[in-house]
Amino acid sequence: MDAFTELIGGFGTALTPTNLLYAFIGVLLGTAIGVLPGIGPAMTVALLLPLTRGLDVTGALIMFAGIYYGGMYGGSTTSILLNTPGESASVVTAVEGNKMARSGRAAQALATAAIGSFVAGTIATLLLALVAPTVADLAVEVSPADNFAIMLLAFIAVTSVLGSSRIRGLAALGIGLAIGLIGIDPTSGQQRLTFGIGELAEGIDVVVVAVGLFAVGEALWTAAHLRRKPIDVIPVGNPRMSRSDFQRSWKPWLRGTAIGFPFGAVPAGGAEIPTFLSYVTEKRLSKHKEEFGHGAIEGVAGPEATNNASAAGGLVPLLTLGIPTTATAAVMLAAIQSYGIEPGPQLFDNEPELVWGLIASLFIGNAVLLLLNLPLAPVWARLLRIPRSYLYAGILFFSSLGAYASNANTFDLFLLLAIGALGFMMRRYGLPILPAIIGVILGPFAEQELRQALQISNGAVSGLFDPMSVVVYAIVALIMLWPLVRRFVPRKVVPSVLEEATHEIEEAHHHHGLTDSVSVAGTTEARRRFDRAHDTEGDG
Amino acid sequence: MSSAAPGGATTEQGRSEYGVALFLAALGVLVIVLAVLIPESRIARGPLGPSTVPIVVGGLLVVVAGFLALDVARGGRGEPEGGEDVELTGSSDWRTVLMLAAAFVANALLIESVGWWFSGAVLFWGAAFALGSRHYVRDALIAFALSFGSFYLFALGLGVVLPPGILDGIL
Repeated sequence: MDAFTELIGGFGTALTPTNLLYAFIGVLLGTAIGVLPGIGPAMTVALLLPLTRGLDVTGALIMFAGIYYGGMYGGSTTSILLNTPGESASVVTAVEGNKMARSGRAAQALATAAIGSFVAGTIATLLLALVAPTVADLAVEVSPADNFAIMLLAFIAVTSVLGSSRIRGLAALGIGLAIGLIGIDPTSGQQRLTFGIGELAEGIDVVVVAVGLFAVGEALWTAAHLRRKPIDVIPVGNPRMSRSDFQRSWKPWLRGTAIGFPFGAVPAGGAEIPTFLSYVTEKRLSKHKEEFGHGAIEGVAGPEATNNASAAGGLVPLLTLGIPTTATAAVMLAAIQSYGIEPGPQLFDNEPELVWGLIASLFIGNAVLLLLNLPLAPVWARLLRIPRSYLYAGILFFSSLGAYASNANTFDLFLLLAIGALGFMMRRYGLPILPAIIGVILGPFAEQELRQALQISNGAVSGLFDPMSVVVYAIVALIMLWPLVRRFVPRKVVPSVLEEATHEIEEAHHHHGLTDSVSVAGTTEARRRFDRAHDTEGDG
Repeated sequence: MSSAAPGGATTEQGRSEYGVALFLAALGVLVIVLAVLIPESRIARGPLGPSTVPIVVGGLLVVVAGFLALDVARGGRGEPEGGEDVELTGSSDWRTVLMLAAAFVANALLIESVGWWFSGAVLFWGAAFALGSRHYVRDALIAFALSFGSFYLFALGLGVVLPPGILDGIL
């Protein structure tokens, strides 16, 4: 196989002492920041983006691989010990993980999460190495019309799938697209939405948008509703697993990998659906069904593996098509672009050393993650106790630092505050952040592809339709019309797996004595339920 | 389609939801108007000019605003984002938010004249104060440690020089 020789070359790039050091620092910083409450993986990557400015491309990407995995694992730690998923993908981990922690099995929960992430990450990265070059070869054939269709699919998918309110998802997308329009139109050289402000002519730096929406928005929003009582953190020793824990975990790890990777690799994927799917699967197959809802180790092992596998799978569309499917991937894309590199089909031909170095460093990052996190878990748990005033002051401090350092312009700081205010408003009124950030990053590319496609067809709209794009548009239509379609499909015949999953999750909450449940619409809803369940417990 | 937030949704909250729809509609109209005003370009290539996509995006915003207003009228409410440190029972604590914004603006105003070593520390100290920390001296020590530390980290480690301001030549 060609991929293997390339991969070995990649290890040659990644295994130099300096690059190994970058990977190590990346994992360490990624976990340390990602474990902090209130900081999800996407915000971790956005906040640490400026740190890679001084590095060369390869070094920066290698460090990013470490930050990526570190940030995700940090998020799982927080979910398990605090019952507070940093992003929707770890909602499910929190379900059983926190129950385990509460019943004194925090160490086992963390261990199965760490080892499961390692197993899934390694297998999924291997799959990535095998699949990506083929996809890239196929993607070269993809016309601008197809590309536009796929981007449209990505837009619709992030606004519709599992969002609690589609109209609010679309609103967020619209805001993102509008921000993405700001600047000089590359095709005509005309300024758009710049209001004659010179600083806006180049468009708004994606770092500023990402840090503003995620970090500043989050800090302001939390400050307005700060819980003044201390959070209760479950103390934890060194993660360890008994033989029976292993026996109950290894199958969920593998199944989780099998579920997560394909979902991540589809341009409309994301990690929410597969983690829910994994949870339901494990519950069905488990010999310890009665433990589900009270801390079943399978319920942590499966979804955690799924989460990591789908993250690796998400790199397939990211590297081969330039399409991010999660917020974290979107920020990664911005990071790669900031080096003047356009992810896409040509990337594997133009920058083989870089791509394979990155893939190799994903393996390394994964291994470092396991080595670091098993012994360091008690330290991470202590980080959870950082005073909230310092935590959010620190977030604002480092946000400003990052935004200023990228362009050395005070204007960016005011812009950051304005975008932070926008993020505040979006959180207040339930507009999801992900569609906005995808809109900002992908919007300009979608426009470019659309205009190119029409240029090729000499303005004929029929140029937008060829066999592939028609299929993609059909999927888009299906997603958009799903609420309508579902009415005509008898429920018993096609049981919606997702509905079942949300039902399962809902059931799990009933053990908390939550009685006011109406219907679970999506992950945010599930998460909110969680927080409330948590509150009731804290008060009682 | 809509996510009703059970409990906590007061009539006041309901009315301010229309504000979001209004904001979206205004943004949409602004985008459309500015797109229409883009002058004819001489170097334009292809059938689609620079204003087509903005008009579509603006249109999307206006349409979405309409549907959102409809959703709100039917009793749909945006679901405020929860989180580990978030308590959604009370109303927003605007005082804290304004103090944070003030600390943020102070940093932006001071960074180039006085320097990051000071403005960054002001930002951290002010934000910690706004969030309820009352260890004035300890906060100040941490703040200056962070600002000086980040200055040297960026200068030596990354080759990015943050503004030294009045300490130019000393740092």
